[in-house]
Amino acid sequence: MSGLEDLYKEIILDHYRNPRHRGELECPPAHKAEGFNPLCGDEVLLTFELEDEVIRELMVNGQGCSISQASASMMSAAVQGKSVDEVRYLTRQFKAMMSIHEESIGPEDTISRDGASFELGDLDALKGVVKFPVRIKCATLSWNTLLAGLDESGV
Amino acid sequence: MSLPSDLKSQFPVLSQKVNGHEIVYLDSAASSQKPVAVIEAMNDYYRTINANVHRGAYAIAAQATEAMELARTRVAKFIGASSANEIVFTKNATESFNLIARSWGGNSLGPTDAVLISDMEHHANIVPWQILAAEKGFEIRWIPLTSDGHLDLSRLDELLDGVKMVSVTAMSNVLGTLNPIKELADRAHSAGALLAVDGSQFVPHLPTRVEELGADLLCFTGHKMCGPTGIGVLWGRSELLDAMPPFLGGGEMILDVRRDGFTPNELPHKFEAGTPPIAEIIGLGAAVDFLESLGMNNVRQHEIELTDYALRALDNRYGEDLTIHGPRNAAERGGVLSLQYQDVHPHDLSQVLDQRGICVRAGHHCAKPLMRELGLVATARASLYIYNNTADIDALVESLAPAGELFAR
Repeated sequence: MSGLEDLYKEIILDHYRNPRHRGELECPPAHKAEGFNPLCGDEVLLTFELEDEVIRELMVNGQGCSISQASASMMSAAVQGKSVDEVRYLTRQFKAMMSIHEESIGPEDTISRDGASFELGDLDALKGVVKFPVRIKCATLSWNTLLAGLDESGV
Repeated sequence: MSLPSDLKSQFPVLSQKVNGHEIVYLDSAASSQKPVAVIEAMNDYYRTINANVHRGAYAIAAQATEAMELARTRVAKFIGASSANEIVFTKNATESFNLIARSWGGNSLGPTDAVLISDMEHHANIVPWQILAAEKGFEIRWIPLTSDGHLDLSRLDELLDGVKMVSVTAMSNVLGTLNPIKELADRAHSAGALLAVDGSQFVPHLPTRVEELGADLLCFTGHKMCGPTGIGVLWGRSELLDAMPPFLGGGEMILDVRRDGFTPNELPHKFEAGTPPIAEIIGLGAAVDFLESLGMNNVRQHEIELTDYALRALDNRYGEDLTIHGPRNAAERGGVLSLQYQDVHPHDLSQVLDQRGICVRAGHHCAKPLMRELGLVATARASLYIYNNTADIDALVESLAPAGELFAR
């Protein structure tokens, strides 16, 4: 049995109550990516500006449960100013942490859930979500949306 | 309360603990729990008379056939059907609607026709029509809702113009609203249309007499009425079912098969292709017996009293912090309470409740057009049944406040 405190860590609730980088950038020049979680109605709208394959700024809009909104807020803080390659790497790490199955994602990226904290920082607080499998989709929504947005922008 | 107070003891799932708490099961609109009588009836079939039906001449095959057909007769009596041949067993209410759309609709609807449904329908009574409309080009119209969650029938005559089928729910699975089915039947018939009714939330909870409802077709499902999953029912007037072409083809549904074609079987077998879910049908028969032993008037009375208790308790404790969708008068609704507490997201609310052993459903409840109409993406839904009591309601009431504190912004 997992307690609620494993899921709703203080830092997650802080991001939920005080979301970072909330709003929308003008498109264009910014790129836009929308994600939906059809089961629970979570919605996320990301707008981000790219310059030399670096995310200069990313803003988050949308609505949903605390996990989906906190994860989006934490992601927004983590990716500002990062190169697209770094963001893709971070996303892989995050999704590996969110994976119920210990799956290998290539020789260099093979990381255990516990080992992820080194790179993930605050995001590590979302680790507890794995113990509540129905909520994993809430946590990964914004990340999958960003990946799709990056793919679509051609970088 | 008019039901035995120790009813929970007959439901094995309800005598467990979840997360260290006595389980408080408030999700019967999604699926009800099963009494020992139903579980045992299905076990007995597998242990003693397991054989395919309508085939072998040997003893246990004949007993299996008899048990299954006895269940059909019990279901027919339970809803006041004039003959067991009007009871078609399907997989669930969803399949029943697909059968109606594909068989009746495929044979009867064209580009100049219309089907009238409502804004409070479950996807099971929306999507089959949409799939068929994409092929046949007929129009789908929607009966709107009033602000207090009833069907708005003020423009019904206009909406009925050119309609061949009205298909509506007898009770909303989100709002709890009980709809005026007899009035809809009369007005549909006056306009030359048929009436199909989604009884998924109605039949398990209220006495059902198809003649009194006035409907032509009725769909419901076994697992919301103490029966197993995998068994649903389509009831239809026999002359209507007789005129409808088969739905699925295969064994059992034929009288004869030749190289140049086939002759369909008689009702109800015409619509029951392949080996049926025998154990599930027997389980549904046992569920019907169980409900009849309680008395459906008592079931309804219990639900009115408990719903009234819940509406008052929630209102007294939380006032304007809590929105309860649907009609406020317990006599006009079923025991389905869709809740929005402060701005706590329904998934967060249900997670907190789960830690206290309370099972509620969070989501769109397979009624997305309705959710859009209400301006919501999701609600947390507590739904009541025969085994629930005031202690369950008290547990729910006590548990909303801690969720509010956790997520206060």
